[in-house]
Amino acid sequence: MKSPFRPDEVPDASLLDDHRSLIRSLERRGLIRGGLSLGALVMLTGCDVKRPESVESALLAISRLNDSVQALLFDPNKLAPTYPASMILRPPKFNAYYDVMDVKPVNGATWRLGLSGLVADKRPWTLQDLQALPQISIVIKHICVEGWSYIGGWTGTPLRTFLERVGADLRAKYVAFKTADDYPSSIDMASALHPQTLLATKYGGETLADPFGYPVRLRMATKLGYKNPKWITAIEVTNSYPGGYWESRGFPWFAGI
Amino acid sequence: MHWVNAIVMLIMITSGWGIYDDDVIIRGFHFSQFWRLGDWAAWSLNWHFAGMWFLTINGLIYLIYGFVSGRLREKLLPIRPAEVVQTVVDTLHFKIAHEDITVYNAVQKLLYIVVIFAGVAQVVTGLAIWKPIQFSGLVSLLGGFQTARVLHFAGMAVIVGFLIVHVALALLVPKTLWAMVAGGPCLKPRGRAEGNPAT
Repeated sequence: MKSPFRPDEVPDASLLDDHRSLIRSLERRGLIRGGLSLGALVMLTGCDVKRPESVESALLAISRLNDSVQALLFDPNKLAPTYPASMILRPPKFNAYYDVMDVKPVNGATWRLGLSGLVADKRPWTLQDLQALPQISIVIKHICVEGWSYIGGWTGTPLRTFLERVGADLRAKYVAFKTADDYPSSIDMASALHPQTLLATKYGGETLADPFGYPVRLRMATKLGYKNPKWITAIEVTNSYPGGYWESRGFPWFAGI
Repeated sequence: MHWVNAIVMLIMITSGWGIYDDDVIIRGFHFSQFWRLGDWAAWSLNWHFAGMWFLTINGLIYLIYGFVSGRLREKLLPIRPAEVVQTVVDTLHFKIAHEDITVYNAVQKLLYIVVIFAGVAQVVTGLAIWKPIQFSGLVSLLGGFQTARVLHFAGMAVIVGFLIVHVALALLVPKTLWAMVAGGPCLKPRGRAEGNPAT
Protein backbone atom coordinates (compact mmCIF):
# COMPACT_ATOMS: atom_id res chain seq x y z
CA MET A 1 0.00 0.00 0.00
CA LYS A 2 1.34 3.38 -0.96
CA SER A 3 1.30 6.04 1.70
CA PRO A 4 -1.32 8.71 1.02
CA PHE A 5 1.13 11.21 2.54
CA ARG A 6 3.81 10.61 -0.08
CA PRO A 7 4.20 12.78 -3.15
CA ASP A 8 3.62 11.16 -6.52
CA GLU A 9 6.64 12.88 -7.97
CA VAL A 10 9.87 11.29 -6.88
CA PRO A 11 12.40 13.94 -5.92
CA ASP A 12 15.70 13.95 -7.74
CA ALA A 13 18.23 11.93 -5.77
CA SER A 14 20.75 14.72 -6.28
CA LEU A 15 18.71 16.66 -3.75
CA LEU A 16 20.45 14.54 -1.16
CA ASP A 17 23.86 15.76 -2.27
CA ASP A 18 23.94 19.04 -0.43
CA HIS A 19 24.44 17.61 3.02
CA ARG A 20 26.93 14.97 2.06
CA SER A 21 29.87 17.24 2.62
CA LEU A 22 28.34 18.37 5.88
CA ILE A 23 28.27 14.88 7.25
CA ARG A 24 31.77 14.16 6.05
CA SER A 25 33.10 17.25 7.78
CA LEU A 26 31.36 16.24 10.94
CA GLU A 27 33.47 16.69 13.98
CA ARG A 28 33.17 16.86 17.71
CA ARG A 29 32.48 20.58 17.64
CA GLY A 30 29.29 19.89 15.70
CA LEU A 31 28.12 17.48 18.29
CA ILE A 32 28.64 20.04 21.04
CA ARG A 33 26.86 22.73 19.02
CA GLY A 34 23.95 20.38 18.40
CA GLY A 35 23.85 19.44 22.05
CA LEU A 36 23.55 23.09 23.03
CA SER A 37 20.67 23.70 20.63
CA LEU A 38 18.98 20.59 21.98
CA GLY A 39 19.34 21.95 25.48
CA ALA A 40 17.81 25.23 24.40
CA LEU A 41 14.92 23.44 22.70
CA VAL A 42 14.14 21.30 25.71
CA MET A 43 14.38 24.29 28.04
CA LEU A 44 11.80 26.03 25.91
CA THR A 45 9.32 23.20 26.42
CA GLY A 46 10.21 22.82 30.10
CA CYS A 47 9.03 26.39 30.61
CA ASP A 48 6.32 26.55 33.21
CA VAL A 49 2.98 27.14 31.60
CA LYS A 50 1.40 29.72 33.85
CA ARG A 51 -1.92 27.95 33.59
CA PRO A 52 -3.94 30.52 31.64
CA GLU A 53 -7.68 30.25 32.15
CA SER A 54 -8.37 28.70 28.74
CA VAL A 55 -5.82 25.94 29.35
CA GLU A 56 -7.20 25.38 32.83
CA SER A 57 -10.80 25.05 31.66
CA ALA A 58 -9.78 22.74 28.79
CA LEU A 59 -7.93 20.49 31.24
CA LEU A 60 -10.89 20.49 33.63
CA ALA A 61 -13.26 19.63 30.78
CA ILE A 62 -11.08 16.64 29.87
CA SER A 63 -10.90 15.71 33.56
CA ARG A 64 -14.72 15.63 33.72
CA LEU A 65 -14.76 13.51 30.57
CA ASN A 66 -12.28 11.20 32.27
CA ASP A 67 -14.66 10.97 35.26
CA SER A 68 -17.32 9.48 32.99
CA VAL A 69 -14.82 7.13 31.32
CA GLN A 70 -13.75 6.00 34.78
CA ALA A 71 -17.38 5.40 35.77
CA LEU A 72 -17.72 3.19 32.68
CA LEU A 73 -14.52 1.30 33.53
CA PHE A 74 -15.74 0.71 37.10
CA ASP A 75 -16.93 -2.85 37.56
CA PRO A 76 -19.25 -2.96 40.63
CA ASN A 77 -18.61 -6.69 41.07
CA LYS A 78 -14.83 -6.61 40.74
CA LEU A 79 -13.17 -7.09 44.12
CA ALA A 80 -9.81 -5.57 44.99
CA PRO A 81 -7.11 -8.09 45.92
CA THR A 82 -6.96 -8.78 49.66
CA TYR A 83 -3.92 -9.70 51.73
CA PRO A 84 -3.13 -11.78 54.85
CA ALA A 85 -3.48 -9.97 58.20
CA SER A 86 0.26 -10.43 58.78
CA MET A 87 0.93 -7.82 56.07
CA ILE A 88 -0.99 -5.02 57.83
CA LEU A 89 1.17 -1.94 58.43
CA ARG A 90 0.98 -0.78 62.07
CA PRO A 91 0.31 2.03 62.56
CA PRO A 92 -1.08 3.04 59.16
CA LYS A 93 0.39 6.02 57.30
CA PHE A 94 -1.00 9.35 58.36
CA ASN A 95 -2.03 11.74 55.64
CA ALA A 96 -4.10 14.92 55.61
CA TYR A 97 -3.87 18.45 54.29
CA TYR A 98 -2.24 19.38 57.61
CA ASP A 99 0.34 17.93 59.95
CA VAL A 100 -0.38 15.01 62.31
CA MET A 101 0.30 17.37 65.25
CA ASP A 102 -2.73 19.42 64.21
CA VAL A 103 -5.23 16.57 64.45
CA LYS A 104 -8.19 17.54 66.67
CA PRO A 105 -9.52 14.38 68.35
CA VAL A 106 -13.26 13.75 68.25
CA ASN A 107 -15.17 12.69 71.40
CA GLY A 108 -16.82 9.37 70.53
CA ALA A 109 -19.35 9.62 73.38
CA THR A 110 -20.91 12.85 72.13
CA TRP A 111 -20.28 12.18 68.44
CA ARG A 112 -23.35 11.92 66.19
CA LEU A 113 -23.61 11.04 62.53
CA GLY A 114 -26.05 13.39 60.77
CA LEU A 115 -28.06 12.41 57.70
CA SER A 116 -29.57 14.55 54.98
CA GLY A 117 -30.77 14.53 51.39
CA LEU A 118 -32.52 11.59 49.74
CA VAL A 119 -32.73 9.51 52.90
CA ALA A 120 -35.99 8.19 54.44
CA ASP A 121 -34.82 8.08 58.07
CA LYS A 122 -32.77 11.16 58.97
CA ARG A 123 -32.35 10.46 62.69
CA PRO A 124 -28.74 10.98 63.79
CA TRP A 125 -26.69 7.91 64.66
CA THR A 126 -24.56 7.24 67.73
CA LEU A 127 -21.40 5.15 67.66
CA GLN A 128 -23.18 2.31 69.48
CA ASP A 129 -25.98 2.31 66.85
CA LEU A 130 -23.43 2.07 64.08
CA GLN A 131 -21.44 -0.73 65.71
CA ALA A 132 -24.64 -2.74 66.17
CA LEU A 133 -24.88 -3.09 62.38
CA PRO A 134 -23.23 -6.09 60.66
CA GLN A 135 -19.46 -5.68 60.52
CA ILE A 136 -16.89 -7.01 58.07
CA SER A 137 -13.09 -6.92 57.99
CA ILE A 138 -10.93 -6.49 54.91
CA VAL A 139 -7.17 -6.25 54.35
CA ILE A 140 -6.63 -4.05 51.30
CA LYS A 141 -4.06 -1.80 49.71
CA HIS A 142 -4.29 1.95 50.20
CA ILE A 143 -3.01 3.76 47.12
CA CYS A 144 -2.28 7.48 47.31
CA VAL A 145 -2.46 9.77 44.30
CA GLU A 146 1.15 10.70 45.07
CA GLY A 147 2.26 7.14 44.32
CA TRP A 148 2.90 5.55 47.72
CA SER A 149 0.87 2.62 48.99
CA TYR A 150 0.52 0.38 52.04
CA ILE A 151 -1.57 -2.59 53.16
CA GLY A 152 -4.12 -1.91 55.88
CA GLY A 153 -6.73 -3.95 57.75
CA TRP A 154 -10.10 -2.31 58.27
CA THR A 155 -13.28 -3.30 60.13
CA GLY A 156 -16.64 -1.64 59.80
CA THR A 157 -20.12 -1.63 58.33
CA PRO A 158 -20.40 -1.82 54.56
CA LEU A 159 -21.68 1.58 53.40
CA ARG A 160 -24.26 -0.31 51.34
CA THR A 161 -25.70 -1.90 54.50
CA PHE A 162 -25.88 1.51 56.16
CA LEU A 163 -27.49 3.22 53.17
CA GLU A 164 -30.08 0.46 52.89
CA ARG A 165 -30.81 0.68 56.63
CA VAL A 166 -31.52 4.43 56.54
CA GLY A 167 -33.66 4.07 53.43
CA ALA A 168 -31.36 6.03 51.10
CA ASP A 169 -32.37 6.43 47.46
CA LEU A 170 -29.85 4.03 45.91
CA ARG A 171 -30.56 5.44 42.43
CA ALA A 172 -29.24 8.85 43.48
CA LYS A 173 -25.97 9.94 41.89
CA TYR A 174 -23.80 10.93 44.84
CA VAL A 175 -23.04 10.17 48.45
CA ALA A 176 -21.40 13.16 50.14
CA PHE A 177 -19.53 13.39 53.44
CA LYS A 178 -18.82 16.15 55.91
CA THR A 179 -16.04 15.74 58.45
CA ALA A 180 -14.80 17.23 61.71
CA ASP A 181 -11.65 18.47 59.96
CA ASP A 182 -13.49 20.39 57.22
CA TYR A 183 -12.62 17.93 54.49
CA PRO A 184 -15.78 17.59 52.41
CA SER A 185 -15.78 14.64 50.02
CA SER A 186 -18.16 12.81 47.73
CA ILE A 187 -18.33 9.59 45.72
CA ASP A 188 -20.55 8.07 43.04
CA MET A 189 -23.37 5.76 44.15
CA ALA A 190 -21.97 2.70 42.30
CA SER A 191 -18.69 2.92 44.25
CA ALA A 192 -20.60 3.62 47.47
CA LEU A 193 -22.45 0.32 47.04
CA HIS A 194 -19.28 -1.68 46.30
CA PRO A 195 -18.81 -4.53 48.84
CA GLN A 196 -15.36 -3.20 49.82
CA THR A 197 -16.60 0.28 50.77
CA LEU A 198 -16.78 0.55 54.57
CA LEU A 199 -17.71 2.97 57.31
CA ALA A 200 -14.64 1.84 59.22
CA THR A 201 -14.33 1.98 63.01
CA LYS A 202 -11.35 -0.32 63.55
CA TYR A 203 -7.84 -0.72 62.18
CA GLY A 204 -5.91 -3.95 62.62
CA GLY A 205 -8.61 -5.24 64.96
CA GLU A 206 -8.38 -2.25 67.32
CA THR A 207 -10.46 0.91 67.67
CA LEU A 208 -9.33 3.54 65.18
CA ALA A 209 -6.70 5.84 66.67
CA ASP A 210 -7.36 9.60 66.64
CA PRO A 211 -5.05 10.49 63.71
CA PHE A 212 -6.74 7.95 61.47
CA GLY A 213 -10.32 9.12 61.82
CA TYR A 214 -11.82 8.06 65.17
CA PRO A 215 -14.67 7.33 65.53
CA VAL A 216 -15.73 6.73 61.90
CA ARG A 217 -14.04 7.12 58.55
CA LEU A 218 -14.66 5.96 55.03
CA ARG A 219 -12.39 3.24 53.69
CA MET A 220 -12.90 2.07 50.13
CA ALA A 221 -10.74 -0.30 48.08
CA THR A 222 -11.74 1.11 44.71
CA LYS A 223 -10.62 4.73 45.00
CA LEU A 224 -7.44 6.69 45.71
CA GLY A 225 -6.57 7.63 49.28
CA TYR A 226 -7.91 11.19 49.11
CA LYS A 227 -11.43 9.84 48.54
CA ASN A 228 -11.46 8.39 52.08
CA PRO A 229 -12.66 11.14 54.46
CA LYS A 230 -11.86 10.67 58.15
CA TRP A 231 -13.78 11.86 61.28
CA ILE A 232 -17.09 11.75 59.35
CA THR A 233 -19.87 13.81 60.94
CA ALA A 234 -22.57 13.80 58.26
CA ILE A 235 -23.67 11.89 55.17
CA GLU A 236 -25.86 13.28 52.41
CA VAL A 237 -27.41 11.41 49.48
CA THR A 238 -27.91 13.77 46.58
CA ASN A 239 -28.22 14.27 42.84
CA SER A 240 -26.36 17.56 42.70
CA TYR A 241 -22.58 17.41 42.42
CA PRO A 242 -21.10 17.98 45.89
CA GLY A 243 -17.38 18.20 44.96
CA GLY A 244 -14.71 17.90 47.63
CA TYR A 245 -11.65 19.43 49.26
CA TRP A 246 -8.99 18.41 46.72
CA GLU A 247 -11.45 18.33 43.83
CA SER A 248 -12.13 22.06 44.24
CA ARG A 249 -8.34 22.53 43.97
CA GLY A 250 -8.09 20.74 40.64
CA PHE A 251 -7.75 17.05 41.45
CA PRO A 252 -9.96 14.60 39.53
CA TRP A 253 -13.28 13.82 41.22
CA PHE A 254 -13.87 10.14 40.34
CA ALA A 255 -10.35 8.99 41.31
CA GLY A 256 -11.20 5.33 40.80
CA ILE A 257 -8.45 2.74 40.78
CA MET B 1 1.63 11.92 13.40
CA HIS B 2 5.27 12.43 14.33
CA TRP B 3 4.68 15.99 15.52
CA VAL B 4 1.52 15.17 17.46
CA ASN B 5 3.57 12.46 19.13
CA ALA B 6 6.51 14.80 19.76
CA ILE B 7 4.30 17.39 21.48
CA VAL B 8 2.30 14.84 23.46
CA MET B 9 5.46 12.98 24.50
CA LEU B 10 6.93 16.21 25.89
CA ILE B 11 3.66 16.89 27.72
CA MET B 12 3.60 13.38 29.16
CA ILE B 13 7.27 13.45 30.20
CA THR B 14 7.26 16.89 31.84
CA SER B 15 3.86 16.42 33.54
CA GLY B 16 5.02 12.98 34.68
CA TRP B 17 8.00 14.66 36.35
CA GLY B 18 5.54 16.88 38.21
CA ILE B 19 3.61 13.86 39.47
CA TYR B 20 6.81 11.96 40.30
CA ASP B 21 8.03 14.67 42.59
CA ASP B 22 5.31 14.14 45.22
CA ASP B 23 6.66 10.70 46.07
CA VAL B 24 10.05 10.10 44.53
CA ILE B 25 11.20 6.66 43.42
CA ILE B 26 14.90 7.45 43.69
CA ARG B 27 15.58 9.01 47.07
CA GLY B 28 16.98 12.50 46.74
CA PHE B 29 16.32 12.64 43.01
CA HIS B 30 13.93 15.42 42.11
CA PHE B 31 12.96 17.31 39.01
CA SER B 32 13.07 21.03 39.68
CA GLN B 33 9.92 23.06 39.09
CA PHE B 34 11.48 24.45 35.93
CA TRP B 35 11.21 21.08 34.19
CA ARG B 36 7.70 20.24 35.35
CA LEU B 37 4.50 20.85 33.47
CA GLY B 38 1.79 22.05 35.84
CA ASP B 39 2.49 24.41 38.73
CA TRP B 40 1.70 21.63 41.24
CA ALA B 41 0.72 17.97 41.28
CA ALA B 42 -3.02 18.47 40.56
CA TRP B 43 -2.29 20.22 37.26
CA SER B 44 0.54 17.88 36.33
CA LEU B 45 -2.00 15.07 36.79
CA ASN B 46 -4.59 16.85 34.67
CA TRP B 47 -2.04 17.37 31.90
CA HIS B 48 -1.00 13.73 32.14
CA PHE B 49 -4.58 12.41 32.10
CA ALA B 50 -5.44 14.65 29.15
CA GLY B 51 -2.29 13.84 27.20
CA MET B 52 -2.73 10.09 27.61
CA TRP B 53 -5.66 10.04 25.20
CA PHE B 54 -3.76 11.85 22.46
CA LEU B 55 -0.67 9.69 22.99
CA THR B 56 -2.63 6.44 22.89
CA ILE B 57 -4.90 7.30 19.96
CA ASN B 58 -2.07 8.79 17.90
CA GLY B 59 0.14 5.81 18.75
CA LEU B 60 -2.57 3.33 17.79
CA ILE B 61 -3.13 5.02 14.44
CA TYR B 62 0.63 5.01 13.83
CA LEU B 63 0.98 1.31 14.67
CA ILE B 64 -2.10 0.20 12.73
CA TYR B 65 -1.02 2.22 9.70
CA GLY B 66 2.54 0.92 10.04
CA PHE B 67 1.47 -2.69 10.18
CA VAL B 68 -1.24 -2.55 7.53
CA SER B 69 0.89 -0.62 5.02
CA GLY B 70 3.90 -2.80 5.76
CA ARG B 71 5.88 0.37 6.36
CA LEU B 72 7.16 -0.73 9.77
CA ARG B 73 8.45 -4.01 8.39
CA GLU B 74 9.92 -2.39 5.33
CA LYS B 75 11.71 0.36 7.24
CA LEU B 76 12.72 -1.40 10.44
CA LEU B 77 13.45 -5.01 9.42
CA PRO B 78 15.60 -6.95 9.10
CA ILE B 79 18.25 -6.01 11.64
CA ARG B 80 21.44 -8.00 11.35
CA PRO B 81 23.76 -8.02 14.39
CA ALA B 82 26.81 -7.65 12.14
CA GLU B 83 25.32 -4.48 10.63
CA VAL B 84 24.64 -3.06 14.07
CA VAL B 85 28.26 -3.63 15.07
CA GLN B 86 29.50 -2.16 11.77
CA THR B 87 27.34 0.96 12.18
CA VAL B 88 28.53 1.49 15.75
CA VAL B 89 32.16 1.12 14.68
CA ASP B 90 31.64 3.54 11.78
CA THR B 91 29.93 6.06 14.01
CA LEU B 92 32.73 5.97 16.54
CA HIS B 93 35.05 6.84 13.66
CA PHE B 94 32.73 9.74 12.80
CA LYS B 95 31.77 8.07 9.56
CA ILE B 96 28.07 8.76 9.70
CA ALA B 97 26.87 7.75 6.27
CA HIS B 98 23.27 8.84 6.10
CA GLU B 99 23.21 9.75 2.47
CA ASP B 100 19.88 8.26 1.63
CA ILE B 101 17.53 9.38 4.35
CA THR B 102 14.84 6.98 3.14
CA VAL B 103 16.91 4.03 4.36
CA TYR B 104 17.64 3.57 8.07
CA ASN B 105 20.90 2.05 9.21
CA ALA B 106 20.91 -0.91 11.59
CA VAL B 107 21.35 1.15 14.75
CA GLN B 108 18.56 3.48 13.73
CA LYS B 109 16.28 0.51 13.13
CA LEU B 110 17.16 -0.93 16.52
CA LEU B 111 16.59 2.37 18.34
CA TYR B 112 13.28 3.01 16.60
CA ILE B 113 12.07 -0.46 17.54
CA VAL B 114 13.21 0.02 21.15
CA VAL B 115 11.40 3.36 21.42
CA ILE B 116 8.20 2.00 19.84
CA PHE B 117 8.22 -0.82 22.39
CA ALA B 118 8.95 1.68 25.18
CA GLY B 119 5.98 3.77 24.04
CA VAL B 120 3.67 0.76 24.09
CA ALA B 121 5.09 -0.27 27.48
CA GLN B 122 4.34 3.20 28.86
CA VAL B 123 0.69 2.89 27.87
CA VAL B 124 0.44 -0.60 29.41
CA THR B 125 2.23 0.27 32.68
CA GLY B 126 0.37 3.58 32.76
CA LEU B 127 -2.95 1.75 32.51
CA ALA B 128 -1.83 -0.53 35.35
CA ILE B 129 -1.01 2.30 37.76
CA TRP B 130 -4.06 4.34 36.70
CA LYS B 131 -6.51 1.46 37.40
CA PRO B 132 -4.69 -1.07 39.61
CA ILE B 133 -7.97 -2.58 40.87
CA GLN B 134 -9.95 -2.69 37.61
CA PHE B 135 -6.87 -4.16 35.88
CA SER B 136 -5.54 -6.07 38.89
CA GLY B 137 -4.57 -9.02 36.64
CA LEU B 138 -2.31 -6.76 34.62
CA VAL B 139 -0.78 -5.32 37.81
CA SER B 140 0.13 -8.75 39.20
CA LEU B 141 1.53 -9.68 35.79
CA LEU B 142 3.81 -6.64 36.08
CA GLY B 143 4.87 -7.66 39.59
CA GLY B 144 2.66 -5.41 41.74
CA PHE B 145 1.67 -1.76 41.90
CA GLN B 146 5.01 -0.36 43.02
CA THR B 147 6.92 -2.43 40.45
CA ALA B 148 4.59 -1.18 37.72
CA ARG B 149 5.33 2.36 38.90
CA VAL B 150 9.07 1.79 38.66
CA LEU B 151 8.63 0.24 35.19
CA HIS B 152 6.63 3.30 34.13
CA PHE B 153 9.50 5.47 35.37
CA ALA B 154 12.10 3.30 33.60
CA GLY B 155 10.11 3.49 30.36
CA MET B 156 10.24 7.28 30.63
CA ALA B 157 14.02 7.10 31.08
CA VAL B 158 14.37 4.98 27.92
CA ILE B 159 12.26 7.43 25.91
CA VAL B 160 14.14 10.47 27.22
CA GLY B 161 17.44 8.74 26.42
CA PHE B 162 16.23 8.05 22.90
CA LEU B 163 14.97 11.60 22.54
CA ILE B 164 18.35 13.12 23.38
CA VAL B 165 20.15 11.02 20.76
CA HIS B 166 17.33 11.37 18.24
CA VAL B 167 17.09 15.16 18.44
CA ALA B 168 20.87 15.65 18.57
CA LEU B 169 21.37 13.60 15.41
CA ALA B 170 18.45 15.24 13.62
CA LEU B 171 20.01 18.63 14.33
CA LEU B 172 23.36 17.41 13.01
CA VAL B 173 21.73 16.29 9.77
CA PRO B 174 19.40 19.22 9.03
CA LYS B 175 18.09 17.62 5.85
CA THR B 176 16.16 15.09 7.91
CA LEU B 177 14.36 17.92 9.72
CA TRP B 178 12.79 19.17 6.52
CA ALA B 179 11.87 15.60 5.61
CA MET B 180 10.17 15.21 8.97
CA VAL B 181 8.12 18.36 8.43
CA ALA B 182 7.18 17.80 4.82
CA GLY B 183 6.85 14.03 4.70
CA GLY B 184 10.16 13.47 3.02
CA PRO B 185 11.26 11.91 -0.21
CA CYS B 186 10.13 8.44 -1.08
CA LEU B 187 11.73 6.37 -3.76
CA LYS B 188 9.20 4.42 -5.81
CA PRO B 189 9.13 0.72 -5.02
CA ARG B 190 11.08 -1.27 -7.56
CA GLY B 191 9.18 -3.01 -10.31
CA ARG B 192 6.19 -0.73 -10.25
CA ALA B 193 5.41 0.80 -13.60
CA GLU B 194 5.17 4.56 -13.92
CA GLY B 195 1.62 5.88 -13.66
CA ASN B 196 0.19 2.82 -11.94
CA PRO B 197 -2.58 3.71 -9.52
CA ALA B 198 -1.55 3.30 -5.93
CA THR B 199 -2.83 0.10 -4.46
